[in-house]
Amino acid sequence: MTTVTAPTTPVLTPDMVAAIQALFPRYPTRQAITLPALHMVNAKLRHVPMAAIPEIAKLLELSPAQIYDTLTFYGFFKHEQGGYVRAWVCRSISCALRGAEEVLEKMCDKLHVHPGGTTEDGKITLEFGECLGLCDFAPAVLANEQVYKSVSLDQVDEICAMLKSQAEQQANGTAIPTL
Amino acid sequence: MAEFEPVLTANIHKPDSHTLPVYEASGGYQAIRKVLGEMSPVQVVDLVKASGLRGRGGAGFPCGLKWSFLPQNHPGPFYMCINADESEPGTFNNRILMEQDPHQVIEGIMIGCYATKATTAYLYLRYEYPTAYRRLQQAIDECYAKGYLGDNCFGKGFSLNIYMHRGAAAYICGEETGLIESLEGKRAWPRIKPPFPAIEGAFKKPTVVNNIETLACVPHIVNRGVDWFKSMGIPADPNNPRDPGSYGPKLYCISGHIEKPGCYEMPLGVTCRELVERYGGGVWKGRKGKAAIPGGISMGLLAESEWDTKLDFAGPGKAGCLGLGTAAVVVLDETVSMVDFLHNSCRFFAHESCGQCTPCREGTSWSERILYRIKQGKGRLKDLDLLQTIGDSIGIMPGTTICGLADGAAWPIKNALKKFRGEFEDYIKRTNPNGWANAQPVEALEVIGLGAH
Ligand SMILES: Cc1cc2nc3c(=O)[nH]c(=O)nc-3n(C[C@H](O)[C@H](O)[C@H](O)COP(=O)(O)O)c2cc1C
Ligand code: SF4
Ligand code: FES
Repeated sequence: MTTVTAPTTPVLTPDMVAAIQALFPRYPTRQAITLPALHMVNAKLRHVPMAAIPEIAKLLELSPAQIYDTLTFYGFFKHEQGGYVRAWVCRSISCALRGAEEVLEKMCDKLHVHPGGTTEDGKITLEFGECLGLCDFAPAVLANEQVYKSVSLDQVDEICAMLKSQAEQQANGTAIPTL
Repeated sequence: MAEFEPVLTANIHKPDSHTLPVYEASGGYQAIRKVLGEMSPVQVVDLVKASGLRGRGGAGFPCGLKWSFLPQNHPGPFYMCINADESEPGTFNNRILMEQDPHQVIEGIMIGCYATKATTAYLYLRYEYPTAYRRLQQAIDECYAKGYLGDNCFGKGFSLNIYMHRGAAAYICGEETGLIESLEGKRAWPRIKPPFPAIEGAFKKPTVVNNIETLACVPHIVNRGVDWFKSMGIPADPNNPRDPGSYGPKLYCISGHIEKPGCYEMPLGVTCRELVERYGGGVWKGRKGKAAIPGGISMGLLAESEWDTKLDFAGPGKAGCLGLGTAAVVVLDETVSMVDFLHNSCRFFAHESCGQCTPCREGTSWSERILYRIKQGKGRLKDLDLLQTIGDSIGIMPGTTICGLADGAAWPIKNALKKFRGEFEDYIKRTNPNGWANAQPVEALEVIGLGAH
C-alpha cells in the first residue's frame, strides 16, 4: 500500500531560509539561531504556525520538540495570526501609577477586544505589556515600532485611530517593515 | 557641591548624537586606540579594578574583579555577553544610552572584550527596544565600514565581532545565566551557580556578562583615569571590609508620581529626596510623597520618612531595601493604596517567574492571588501572615531558589508589610469586616484567582 501525502508548500520561503543560514557563522551552535529564526518567521507572518517548527528544526539540526520548547517559553510567539499592528499597553508600576490600567480598559472597549485579542478586522492586536522601558513616558504604549507617550484617557480615541491607520499602512506595504 | 558635569550623557542632546562623526568629534574612539596601542589586557583589567567600577545591572559586582576571574590558561574562545535586556520596572537608562549614544556603548564593549580576550560579543537586547536596535546596528555597521570592528580592528591586530541578539519579552532573560540559556536558543532557565559564567558561560566557554551602563563607563576611566573616577561617589566604609565603595557617575531614572520624569546623571550617592525634589521637580501635582522604590521594583520600598537615604550601593540596604538595584526611583504619592502597589508588584513577578523553582513559581503566583483577593475586599488578617511567610521563604537569600528573581519578588512584600502594615490591616478590616464568616464555598473558589490575570 502506498501512502500519498498531499504536497505542501513550505512555510519558510527561500529568502527566509537564506536569511537563517546567513546567521550560522555567528554562533558556535545552530541551536542559538532558534530565537532569530522564530523572530524572522514571526515578523513575516505575524505568528509562528506549527508547520514552521519542523522546518526550522531541520535547518538547525534539532528536534522539533526543542524548537517548540523554546517557542512556548516565550509568551511572545503565538500560533494564531496577530494583527498588522501589535500594541502593548504597559501595566507595570510606573505606568499603572499614571493610569495605565484605565487606558488599557478603555482601549479594549474601543477596539472590542480583550487583552491579547485581535480586532475582528484582523488589524490590531492589543496586549498588556510589562515595563517597556518607557517609564519616563508613562503610561506608555508600544505599537510595532511606534511609541505613544504619556497617554491620557482623553487620547484613547485618537490613538486607536492612529493604530488603525498604522495597521493599514502595514497591510498595504507603505510602512517601514517591522524588524 | 560644585555642579556635576555629566559624563555618560554628555553627548545625548547633540544633534545626530548617535552617529559616528558626532561621537568622534567629541573624542570618541580615542580610549580604544590608547588601549590597543599602549596597554596589555591585564593592564586594562587592573585599571578597571582600581577604579572601583561596580556593575550597573543590579548586583553591583566589582567589574574588574569579575574580569579577573576568567581562567588564564584556557584555549578559548572567550565570549562577552552584553546585557541589554533592561526590563526591571522603572528602568530605562540603558535605552537612553543605546538610542542616543550607541558608539559610547560600543567603545566600552571593545575595551571590555580586549581586556577579557573575547573575540565575539553578543549584545542581548530586549525585543521592545526597536529604536535601540536600529541605532546600535547602524553604529555597528559604521564601525565595520571603518575597520573598527572585524578582523583587524584599528589595524592593531585585534579581532572582534559584535552581534545583536534580540530577546522575546521575558524579564528573566536579564538574569545573566537566563540570558546565556536564551542566547543558546533554550528557554531562559537560570543556571545553578557555580560554575559562574566566567568559568563556564555561553556555549560552555568562559564568558563575561556586563550591563550596558557598566561598559559605557569604561572608556571614560581609560581617558580620565582612576583618580577622576574615584573623585565621584561614596568612598568605601573603613569599618566594613566588605564594602568596596560606590564610585563614578550613575544614571538615575525617576518615574511614577514625579513632575519631571527622566534619566538624571549624578555621582553615586545622591539622596532619594534630592532626586525627587531638586531634579525631578517634586512629587506630581504638588502632592505629598508616600514612598519610593529605590532601584527598580525588586528593591522594595523607602517610606517618605526614609527619603534622605543615599542612593549608593550601600544606602538602600541600610533602610531595609534589597539594594541599589538599577537606581530607578519610582515615586508613589499620598493617594496610592499600598494594596494596589503590592498587587501590581506581585502580579509582575508571578508573570515573569520562569517557573523552574517551586518556591518561586508557587510563591509568586499565590502572593498575586492573595493580593487580588485582598484588593477585592475579601482579605483576611491572617493573609498578611501568609504573605510574610512567602516573603521570608523565597529567594537565594533563604536558599530556596536558583536566581534572584524570587528575592526581588519577596522584597516589596517584606518592605510593604514592615513599613505599611497598618494600612493593609485597615483595608482588610474596612472592606471585609466579617472576615470569612459569610463566605460561600463557591465564592471562595472564584476568588482564588479567576480574573487575577
Ligand atoms: C531577575 C533578574 C533580572 C535581571 N535583569 C537584568 C537586566 O535586565 N539587565 C542587567 O544588566 N542586569 C540584570 N540582572 C543582573 C544580571 O544578572 C547581572 O548581574 C548583570 O547583568 C551583570 O552586569 P554588571 O556586572 O555589569 O552589572 C538581573 C538579575 C536578576 C536576578
Ligand atoms: S527563582 Fe524564580 S525566576 Fe529564578 S530560576 Fe527560580 S523559578 Fe526561575
Ligand atoms: S513601567 Fe511602564 S514602561 Fe516602565
